[in-house]
Amino acid sequence: MDFIRQTLVIARKDLRAELRTKEALNASLAFALVILVLFSFAFDPSEKETVDMSGGLLWIVFAFAGTLVLNRSFAREVPNDCLDALIAAPISGSALFLGKALANFALVISVELVSLPIFGIFYNVHWTGQLWSLLLVLALGTWGLTVIGTIFSALTVNIRLRELMAPLLVYPMLIPVLMSAMQLTMQLIAGKPLGGENEVWLRLLVAFDVIFTALSLVLLETVLVG
Amino acid sequence: MREKLIYGLGIIAAILLARDLYSIFMVLPDEASQGMIYRIIFFHVPAAITAMLCASFTFVTSALYLVTKNLKFDGISVAVTEVGLAFLAANLVTGSIWGRIIWGIWWTWDARLTSALVCWLLYAGYLMLRRAIEEPTARARISAVFNIFAFADVPIVIFSIKWWRTQHPQPVFWGGGSIDPAMYLTAVLNLVALILLAVVLSLIRLRQEEMQREIDSLRRYAHAV
Repeated sequence: MDFIRQTLVIARKDLRAELRTKEALNASLAFALVILVLFSFAFDPSEKETVDMSGGLLWIVFAFAGTLVLNRSFAREVPNDCLDALIAAPISGSALFLGKALANFALVISVELVSLPIFGIFYNVHWTGQLWSLLLVLALGTWGLTVIGTIFSALTVNIRLRELMAPLLVYPMLIPVLMSAMQLTMQLIAGKPLGGENEVWLRLLVAFDVIFTALSLVLLETVLVG
Repeated sequence: MREKLIYGLGIIAAILLARDLYSIFMVLPDEASQGMIYRIIFFHVPAAITAMLCASFTFVTSALYLVTKNLKFDGISVAVTEVGLAFLAANLVTGSIWGRIIWGIWWTWDARLTSALVCWLLYAGYLMLRRAIEEPTARARISAVFNIFAFADVPIVIFSIKWWRTQHPQPVFWGGGSIDPAMYLTAVLNLVALILLAVVLSLIRLRQEEMQREIDSLRRYAHAV
């Protein structure tokens, strides 16, 4: 019980801090918008081509915009020694990690939920055909993104060139989750239902989420305290 | 003692390599369908196996560091990772040369090629991460955690990319392919030679790492005085 309460306290604290300034949220949204616009210059696709590249385009936007939020997750605790206070607080490292991950998840997925209709409008794609399945894939993929982003934000919190290093380490690690999310998103936007041939990608997504959530919960305390 | 080990293993590796090179170029005939370029497999496959062994080994030493906090394991991890990365690079380059001759292209986004490249990027990230951290214990701790994450990611990467696409020829060794016994013997001996070489290189690199640490601690001591 205590664990859940502690987790929610951390999540609420993070969300409140972010919603008061909206620094990362606004930057991330604006960034997503800019990439969506840039892509329209890079490619001039027909309707079918747009559907084919929708998964890739969307998840590249999500991954880039997401890292803007995720990178700051632990870095924002460094000024005023907030990180030391968090470490000294009577909560376990796993509660701290889960709380932060939940807050980040909420932020990243809200950016995604705004970018998705914008993508539909800009690229003239009818993307709501498999809405619920798409939302499920979005949630699973974003959780994978969030877990890796949050733990790597802790990993890189005190190092030189943090802003450069974190994406460099995060993206190769994310390849399986991005790949399966891209495949599934593309097929769902094309109107194919979940299951059958693409079920293997869904399983991969779930497996990735489970493995790295467990690993992060165990290792966060080691990362911060030693 | 370690000095003798380095020289001893180095000499054995050199003799084995000389024997294998003689066998590869002078004794074994050209392969029926590929001609002489197939010879690259005697380095391509053993290099990949050596790199995989290095990755598994550093996973263990990284975990051991987190358990024992003994910096010796950190030194071993970085030494072996660097050597493994070099062998993986050798694997990628030889594969690329082979692909140019047989497929007519240097690179294709095939399952094995892509997974090898992603693994290379992951472990290159490990070395870059180390460079960005000054403090030795923090460096050891953080890079050990990263190494564990990278190692956990490797099988997922391999499986996901395998489902994505496959063009690489099916494995010749232990994977349903067939090979002449003489070629098999040379391949196995060359694997042994490359593993010995990896051990020797790792030991040399480990010595550098230990000296580096000693110099650093002396420097700190001098500053303190």
